[in-house]
Amino acid sequence: MLEIKNLHARVDGKDILKGLSLEVKAGEVCAIMGPNGSGKSTLAHILAGREGYEVTSGSVSFEGKDLLALAPEERAREGVFLAFQYPVEVPGVNNVYLLKAAFNAIRKQRGEEELDAMDFLALVKAKMQFMEMDPAFLNRAVNEGFSGGEKKRNEILQMLVLEPKLALLDETDSGLDIDALKVVAKGVNKLRDPKRAIVMVTHYQRLLDHVVPDKVHVLAGGRVVKSGGKELALELEKRGYDWLKDAAA
Amino acid sequence: MSALAPYLEGYAAYPKPRPWLQALQQQALQRAEARGFPQARDEAWKYTSLATLEQRGFKPASSTVTLDAITLAPLLVTGLDCPRAVFVNGRYAAALSRLPQGVRVVAARDADESLGALLTVPPEWQDDTFLNLNTALFQDALLVEVSGELTEPLEFLHVSAPEAAAASHHPRCTVKLGPNARATLIERYAGLEGAKHFTNSVVQIELASGAKLTHLRLQEESLQGFHLGRVLVSQAADSTYESHNLQHGAAWARLDLAVALKATGAAAELNGLYAVGGRRHLDNHTRVDHLAPHTASRELYRGILDGQGRAVFNGKVVVAPHAAKTDASQANHNLLLSRGAEIDTKPELEIYADDVKCSHGATIGQLDEQQLFYLRSRGLDAETARSLLIGAFAERLLTLLPSLALAAHARRRLGAAVSRINLPEPA
Repeated sequence: MLEIKNLHARVDGKDILKGLSLEVKAGEVCAIMGPNGSGKSTLAHILAGREGYEVTSGSVSFEGKDLLALAPEERAREGVFLAFQYPVEVPGVNNVYLLKAAFNAIRKQRGEEELDAMDFLALVKAKMQFMEMDPAFLNRAVNEGFSGGEKKRNEILQMLVLEPKLALLDETDSGLDIDALKVVAKGVNKLRDPKRAIVMVTHYQRLLDHVVPDKVHVLAGGRVVKSGGKELALELEKRGYDWLKDAAA
Repeated sequence: MSALAPYLEGYAAYPKPRPWLQALQQQALQRAEARGFPQARDEAWKYTSLATLEQRGFKPASSTVTLDAITLAPLLVTGLDCPRAVFVNGRYAAALSRLPQGVRVVAARDADESLGALLTVPPEWQDDTFLNLNTALFQDALLVEVSGELTEPLEFLHVSAPEAAAASHHPRCTVKLGPNARATLIERYAGLEGAKHFTNSVVQIELASGAKLTHLRLQEESLQGFHLGRVLVSQAADSTYESHNLQHGAAWARLDLAVALKATGAAAELNGLYAVGGRRHLDNHTRVDHLAPHTASRELYRGILDGQGRAVFNGKVVVAPHAAKTDASQANHNLLLSRGAEIDTKPELEIYADDVKCSHGATIGQLDEQQLFYLRSRGLDAETARSLLIGAFAERLLTLLPSLALAAHARRRLGAAVSRINLPEPA
């Protein structure tokens, strides 16, 4: 589904990704782990199409398409979703409006009819209940005044509503207490599907206790330095990253 | 040729009113002549040039244009069904109007002396040239006197319609609310496409103790038009003035809104929203005088600028020496959508009293890149994301509007102003 080949990228003239290669297949849940500064978040942002990153070489293909040639909204409509590490507050734009606009933009791309307001609301409310969110959130401005945990829950709610083919979670576990973490994990697990890939970018094992990955890739120095099964994450938890940093050097 | 010559000529051709008004008008014209047009060196006019206005002349003339209900219909606010006083090019259109009790229209040419008191100008405005021109040149004045409550809003609608020669029109309105009276006034300036006129309006408002006026002012002139407005508010004890000022129209426009809080407990809330594009120019000058202890004012103005549009915001707050316990806040936020747009924003606080609470702030910013990316990452195209964020910026003020019909109307107008914001240079 996602194929990254020899990706090099820089930010503000500084090389961050240095020949990153990675393949994620449909149905896979994988974790991308690594020490701070290894390029994890950069990778997530580049995949979502954020400006300010210069890809100097390499390629990213998503279902055979050149992902890097697409605008952020085109990627979203193709089925790529990034759950932000720091979800953005958008005062004046209410949650349900954004959800509906996003939902319909993606349906339109798939050649499907727009859902009418009542059906859409019913769908969202069911997913909110699943995410243990107060329906009052719907009419609040996007993320405005939300606590860290509420913002993360909101990201997962959007993901559940939009049903992406490729879900990227950027440090979704950071700043969550254990109860919120469990709810978020429940949301992610709900999305597990043979037709869908889930990529979790994370520093810690914590989230992986609740969303067990099929594969774990370790990033260091802008490259994947080790890949393995879920047991690799446990090993990292015990041994830290230093032994792998040396391997990268 | 003096900038005032066309106005003097126009006045000479007007039908003569009764002697008392003639004397008042002569005096106003003399004052206008003595003062002339404000100059660029005049601090209050530093950023708003009168050169084009002067050059165009805009000789006032008694307009013969009439409108029928069918032509008027598209200019009306959908869903706003309330008493309405319609003026076309400065003249009252009785057939298009419905006045509630306590509201009347007086023609200058046959006004009796009782009108005099309603035309009295506060001393600090007696030398204002445009106000004096209005006093000399208004044709029909709207007089609103409320002792109890106006249960429905009253719309004062001035329509500018194209004429053979671009003329100036001088709408005049006085609103007097008695003790504890309540009213909502919707003052609206609409223009038919192609109207290249100059509107020079004056609205005077006097609120007795405990009175409350909600005042919505919508400047939606044709994009070739010129507009100058004066709103002068005088407030007695415990009165409340709530203003919502929306400026989207005209090639060149300026509003001076002056509020005098004259007695304890008087409070004013000033909300404003302006949107300008093309090569158009919008100016909002507000002034609040805290003249008594325990008076309060809150002001929030927001502006959206695109193309080579230019806007001016000047908010002056003066706290008189004995006006202790004054509570005044002011904020002006501007959204610049293009490199060519320009905003001159200037908060001015003059505080001569101790023990007051005053704050002010002004910001100028662009659309937030992070917000744009966030919305696009959810599948919204760049243009939709942009208009959503522009709308959100405006919504802060639109949600304050007390009428849903007007809020919807303003939203549509703003939508049109934003999507049409790269307008050609006014002809």
